[in-house]
Amino acid sequence: MTISVDTIKQIIRPYGDTTGDAMVQVSFTLPVPQGPRAESAALQLAGKMGLEPASVVHTKAMGPDFTFFIVYGKVTHLIDYAGIVVPEGREYELLTPQQVNLAIRSVLGRKLVVVGACIGTDAHTVGIDAILNVKGFAGEKGLEYYREIEVHNLGAQVEVDELVAHAKDANADAVLVSQVVTQKSAHIHNTKQMAGAFTDAYPTSLTGGLGRPLLVVGGPRFDTVSPSDLGVDRIFGKGTTPGEVASYLVAALIPTWSPA
Amino acid sequence: MSKLGLDQEVVAKARRLAARAAEPIIEMARTHTTVSVERAVLRLAGVTGADADGTPWVNRIVDAVRAQVGLERGIALPVFHALREHQDPRELVRARFEVPAGAQAVRAGKRAREAVARGIARIDANRADRDRLLGKHGNPDMPWIYLIVATGDIYEDIPQAQAAAREGADVIAVIRSTGQSLLDFVPEGATRQGYAGTYATQENFRLMRAALDEVSGELGRYVRLTNYASGLCMPEIATLAGLERLDMMLNDCMYGIIFRDINPKRTFIDQRFSRQIHARAGIVINTGEDNYLTTADAVDAAHTVIASQLLNERFGHEAGLSDAQLGLGHAFEINPDLPDSFRLELAHAQLVRELFPDAPLKYMPPTKHMTGNIFAGYLLDAFFNLAGVLTGQSIILIGMMTEGIHTPWLSDRDLALENVRYVRRAAGALAEDFHPAPGGFTVERARQVLSETVDLLGRVADDGLLTAIADGTFGVTRRPADRGKGLDGVIEQADGYYNPATEILEERP
Repeated sequence: MTISVDTIKQIIRPYGDTTGDAMVQVSFTLPVPQGPRAESAALQLAGKMGLEPASVVHTKAMGPDFTFFIVYGKVTHLIDYAGIVVPEGREYELLTPQQVNLAIRSVLGRKLVVVGACIGTDAHTVGIDAILNVKGFAGEKGLEYYREIEVHNLGAQVEVDELVAHAKDANADAVLVSQVVTQKSAHIHNTKQMAGAFTDAYPTSLTGGLGRPLLVVGGPRFDTVSPSDLGVDRIFGKGTTPGEVASYLVAALIPTWSPA
Repeated sequence: MSKLGLDQEVVAKARRLAARAAEPIIEMARTHTTVSVERAVLRLAGVTGADADGTPWVNRIVDAVRAQVGLERGIALPVFHALREHQDPRELVRARFEVPAGAQAVRAGKRAREAVARGIARIDANRADRDRLLGKHGNPDMPWIYLIVATGDIYEDIPQAQAAAREGADVIAVIRSTGQSLLDFVPEGATRQGYAGTYATQENFRLMRAALDEVSGELGRYVRLTNYASGLCMPEIATLAGLERLDMMLNDCMYGIIFRDINPKRTFIDQRFSRQIHARAGIVINTGEDNYLTTADAVDAAHTVIASQLLNERFGHEAGLSDAQLGLGHAFEINPDLPDSFRLELAHAQLVRELFPDAPLKYMPPTKHMTGNIFAGYLLDAFFNLAGVLTGQSIILIGMMTEGIHTPWLSDRDLALENVRYVRRAAGALAEDFHPAPGGFTVERARQVLSETVDLLGRVADDGLLTAIADGTFGVTRRPADRGKGLDGVIEQADGYYNPATEILEERP
């Protein structure tokens, strides 16, 4: 094996003010009183993190039991940049609300209609509300906040027939269903039943977004099944933010649009 | 003394318009009740606890009465009539209810009033206790430093709250679990699991107040406790706050409507009752105008904040709140990339200060323009702190440089307090040197916002507040009066409606 110059150049270290100086800064808190022993502990931690040599440039007692540290150090790790694989990421691009609105306005030329509900006996609207309410989740506003998205939030314990009827009435582009309760696999049964009802109600549909609304289900316990198992177009898991859902809707329903 | 030279005629006109816009809503609230108002009456009368499924007895009883005889005449008469035979809530839910008439109604009403009066007496006693403890431990000078804890577990919240108080917090707010505002019942007991916050329950209130009393004694200053009287159970949570001596409550007239899609009528009716309780309990309310600026642009929508504050003030006064109990909210949310953004912030903050000179204004730090760049965020927070000092704000929610990244770490809070302490120490009484030039940028901006406020309130007064809300005037979100959660819990009062709590609360303090 020959080592080419190119390959060598791909070995990188952090940059402070000189190539290869490998300097980084970190800050952290240790649950111990301030003092020389705490400082030694911080240096030991820095060493174990790969900072060698390291120096504690600031310590501050936060009450009697905690100490805050700012540490600078030379990191001993090397990164082979040539060997870094670009992460695959989500299959759609994450868009800002402005981009989502622009996509809908410029391509659809009308509002994108989303109907959301908790179906069956599930009364846990936390998930669907986090995605739909303006209040949103994790610092992101919900879909109601998007000017170009028309949201119909039907709330909890909605019957599947009612959901289908409302989706037809509203001419829904997408149906969002949240399922939290998992007793006796209720979330799986409910979702399959819902998907079946939409297939029956839109017999000529080819797929989600073509002849029938896109079917999107969310909940914390769908990790063992695939969308095709359930008959839906997409499953979202725990921690999904409204922006991810909105971006997915654009990617799935307006595939010709790109932010560039 | 006005630094902005506001035209007092224009200010008076804005208040008149706000009163006119509020009047039909107040009338609606006077003539309607809700399931949560009626449940609050039972809570004041001493009904506590929940069934084996965790459904509170107040919900079971109100649902049973509603199903049998309706709530048009209130919960008090049918329940206290039935209490002749059933004392225990477990039996009461199976009672056959009727609305008593004649002498029976007089008797039931009298007993209901006595029971509710005992609850209100406890609220009064708590208020007296607070006054006593303020004297004993000391009442911190304004601005009060307001810090948040939010672990989801009340037993984790307690040491965090005590630590925050020791670090300098004058006010501790326990953030509620995500989605509690949409629950049509108040959970029971001490709770250890919440989503991004801790459930508001009577027992959690009691535990936290006791913990802060302990630390108040240690620190020699009374540490205030805050929670959220909002959502579908606003009247009940306000009641529990009064019963457990909370000191401040988030309680906005439109927040639930706009951000939680709670039905507007439900919200206004619930709000009036909850504010009557807060007034009685000596609780300072915090309104939520800061939230509008997280959806709308902080420059374009500045006048909607003022308009909402004037409406909150009117609704608050009508419900019996004094100016000293009106913690009107506003925020530092202008895009920092804009030229003169800090001068615009000063104009807005000074305008609010001068419009409401006796209100303990609650000033909220930047959130919308906080990014993952914590260093830039720390700088922005320092400017926020400076604006607060310059314009004499009263309750300062401390900005975290990690806003939007995670719930604050111990070190985030400590650095945030270091920031505010430095700004206060360095700026001192700089407010006395702050005199915007007459006719200058700041003065003109304030004048413009006030004038836009008058225009907006004029339209709201003409078209009706419910129409304005339906049209998306506040926070850009449209909320029609016949939509949203909780509308089926709204009941028009019939002749003979009796609510002993409202009766007592409207008599006199």
